[in-house]
Amino acid sequence: MIAVDRSEVLRYLGYRGGQIEDAVEQSIDRCTADLLAAVQPRGTYRRFALAHPSPDMLEIDGLQVHSVNLSRNLKGCGSVYLMAATLGVEADRRITRACAVRMSDAVIYQAVAATLIEAYCDELNDAIRAQAAEKGLYCRPRFSPGYGDFDIKHQRDFIRLLDTPRKIGLTVTDSCLLAPIKSVTAVIGVSDVAQPCHRKGCEECEKTDCAFRR
Amino acid sequence: MSFLDRLGREWLFFDGGTGTILQENGLKAGELPEIWNLTHPEDIIALHQGYFEAGSDVVVTNTFGANALKYPDNLREIVEAAIAHAKEARRRAGREDAYVALDLGPTGKLLQPMGDLPFEKAVELFGEVVRIGASAGVDLVMIETMSDSYEAKAAVLAAKENCDLPVCITMIFDDKGKLLTGGTVDSTVALLEGLRVDALGVNCGLGPEQMVPIIRRLTEVCSLPIIVNPNAGLPRSEGGRTVFDVDADKFAALMAQIAEMGVHVLGGCCGTTPAHIRQMIAACADKPFQPPVRKHRAVVSSFSQAVEIGGRTVIIGERINPTGKSKFKAALREDNIEYILSEGLAQEDSGAHILDVNVGLPEIDEPVMMERVVTRLQSVLALPLQIDTSNMAAMERGMRLYNGKPMVNSVSGKRESMEAVFPLVRKYGGVVVGLALDEDGIPETAEGRVAIAKRIYETAAQYGIPREDIVIDGLAMTISSDSRSALVTLETLRRIRDELHGSTILGVSNISFGLPQREIINANFFTMALQNGLSCAIINPNAEAMMRAYRAFLALSAQDEQCAGFIAAYGNQPPAAMTQSAGQDSAMTLAECIERGLRERATEATAAALRETEPLALVNSELIPALDRVGKGFEAGTLFLPQLLMSAEAAKAAFEVVKDAMRGAPQEQKGKIILATVKGDIHDIGKNIVKVLLENYGYQVLDLGKDVAPEVIVDTAIEQQVRLVGLSALMTTTVVSMEDTIRLLREKKPDTKVVVGGAVLTKDYAESIGADRYARDAMATVHYADEVFA
Repeated sequence: MIAVDRSEVLRYLGYRGGQIEDAVEQSIDRCTADLLAAVQPRGTYRRFALAHPSPDMLEIDGLQVHSVNLSRNLKGCGSVYLMAATLGVEADRRITRACAVRMSDAVIYQAVAATLIEAYCDELNDAIRAQAAEKGLYCRPRFSPGYGDFDIKHQRDFIRLLDTPRKIGLTVTDSCLLAPIKSVTAVIGVSDVAQPCHRKGCEECEKTDCAFRR
Repeated sequence: MSFLDRLGREWLFFDGGTGTILQENGLKAGELPEIWNLTHPEDIIALHQGYFEAGSDVVVTNTFGANALKYPDNLREIVEAAIAHAKEARRRAGREDAYVALDLGPTGKLLQPMGDLPFEKAVELFGEVVRIGASAGVDLVMIETMSDSYEAKAAVLAAKENCDLPVCITMIFDDKGKLLTGGTVDSTVALLEGLRVDALGVNCGLGPEQMVPIIRRLTEVCSLPIIVNPNAGLPRSEGGRTVFDVDADKFAALMAQIAEMGVHVLGGCCGTTPAHIRQMIAACADKPFQPPVRKHRAVVSSFSQAVEIGGRTVIIGERINPTGKSKFKAALREDNIEYILSEGLAQEDSGAHILDVNVGLPEIDEPVMMERVVTRLQSVLALPLQIDTSNMAAMERGMRLYNGKPMVNSVSGKRESMEAVFPLVRKYGGVVVGLALDEDGIPETAEGRVAIAKRIYETAAQYGIPREDIVIDGLAMTISSDSRSALVTLETLRRIRDELHGSTILGVSNISFGLPQREIINANFFTMALQNGLSCAIINPNAEAMMRAYRAFLALSAQDEQCAGFIAAYGNQPPAAMTQSAGQDSAMTLAECIERGLRERATEATAAALRETEPLALVNSELIPALDRVGKGFEAGTLFLPQLLMSAEAAKAAFEVVKDAMRGAPQEQKGKIILATVKGDIHDIGKNIVKVLLENYGYQVLDLGKDVAPEVIVDTAIEQQVRLVGLSALMTTTVVSMEDTIRLLREKKPDTKVVVGGAVLTKDYAESIGADRYARDAMATVHYADEVFA
């Protein structure tokens, strides 16, 4: 069972210090326990060849990606892992249900779910890092479509290359949103040179006014 | 012999893996396998031929992912080539006795409301493939690898509506026996049997060993031929390749064990090869064949739950019904689906097993409302629904859009009623309530009611509807007009149970119509009905007296093991005197209750304060100032979002009490505001937060929901003369529709202001798409509304 880091939940809820009412504490406990019991995170990943035909363009298994940010992230990498993870429809359902009953629960469910999917991605990422390490390779920080100039339209390619609808029930809408909502896709670069590795993504993101920036 | 002549009478064997073999032959990750029908015809023919020669009686075409979403330009060409290849392989193998099945896999999209594919669009996508397949001459339709009951329903309906071929379906369960969307073996079997498929089963996901518990459950609950198509064990990655551990020998041995479990059709899925199938057939073909056995279970289902009728009495919540409820009627007229949802969710919490859904009002479009309410309800609650209407169009919409096997209320012994309702039950599946009345009215004797029940059973049978799918309503009529009526009803229940071995249902509270203190009669009559064999009770589960009677009856009739249910419900309840708030806390003012986000306490404090203070004075002196303090605290960062919302909820509860106290007095509304999450966007939590706050501050919110087309927003703004529209969008991809909406609004209703919010938006971005204001959070939207309506 994945542990839910309470301070992360509070961060997603916009907490900036001060006293927390008992009623809020209790709601967080209740929603966390309920969500953990209800959801079954699922993930999949696979390694693909990577080429750098030009400084701001990449080719992942023949798929062209134009992104300066991602190119920088993957500089020196000879291959990448693509990963995808989802909490499944039950997380969405809990949030939707709470929206109809009590909005304060809905925002807490949403924060717990966000924490949970990130924690699950960290687990997958650790497994990927271990697999790479066995081959003497090092991983770069994970990088998702929508970060910086990495076009969110590439969600479609992740879904296709990893066959996620069948494997983990993860789909993409016509407007390139992932469905179920609490899902993540990411690229993890692999190289034979160690680099200081930030697992988190905020440092790379250019949206410096983001309310959730660490 | 045709496929159906043999199905369920002798062993039939499917083929094995397709995709995994094509990958061996060079199909790349992410490459669409169906393209190979055009680019590698000989590979596809050879693949099928291998299976025909291995002994497969049914080979599926290479059309798993063939639909118009993936092949917008050449779908027909792809599907026709696939079928031609399968037939050519059959010819080359000299297996004219064998069958070619049109393979239908999932669309790869998630259906609305969780995803963006509308149910009817899914039906159309599958239907198109079925029409092509049927005209190209396949022998059956094989729907497979379905992990969502709703999509499975769309596929089966599409097959049934577009051809007369046999329809088989296999679902993909995980090691916990669940579909990806939460369904169980029980709920899935109920759905698919209701849709009258010819055979059903399980494929992919697991190997033979891991499938055993699922297969066991299938054999316990399923009355149809059962198909088992496992993978060759669990997939594993080896040097970048996916490999499967179970070789042909081991697969055959495991399948031989499964063949003894009472299944009827065997084959393989990912990782299995012609060698696996050949050895499996050798190991299984001589095993004794046990034909399917009818289980005579009456089951209704939702996407995730199955409720069996005939065991413990089933509670059907009656509160989603406008009869005699002015608030509910108003909600229907105002399209206030949230109110209806809250009625449903409260009943789920109270312990209902099924919810009755009646949305009939003369002045509304009932089929449209039924569709809307059913789809919204099933997106938030897991209980099966009972579609309750006398409007046949509404009944069909509800049954069709329902994600499961519904209960249907009702049919009667009238010929006209049976001719209208039974075809729908035949097509969509359902357990139907049969009213024991006919053209001559309601018989005054139990004898007469039992006779009608028999006629309903017989007529249903002519439509292929088994008697267990009929639940007879013994008709509770008020004892205030006929003092013997309860006795007749109870006798009817008893005789249906003892003489016809049927199930029964009652709208229990009708018994007391016209009497004072109805709950006293209702609860006691309920106990009597339970004692006389009542199978389903339509009651108000929020009425504590009714649930007490129910739980007590279960405990007293040895239906509550060690009284566990009773103790769970009542064991922790302090005696009534203790539930009063303790001394010092009860001194808390309304303002304090709101600031601390205590909803129940705020209700009590409001009621107490109203004994001394005028409603409007209370609002102005306590409620509004408390809300303002909370709002300021939120903006200053000393309070965070859950606290803001809990205070808002406490304030809302207080406002409800105030409103009740002011009933009759004109209600002040500050203004009407449309809120919507724009087209293409399914993330609506931010919009919902804004709604709560705006309502708190006295605005009337027209919540149009998520994924809302610009035209709908603009039309509503014009019709309802709305001066402010709030739009939310999460991603850059959906801000585009926000921009479209603003453009259309400027053109058609230029005097309406637009406020926008959402994760990727900024002040500049909002200006660049033509919005009047960017709101960084809910409070900012409230302030802007105050400006607009000042």
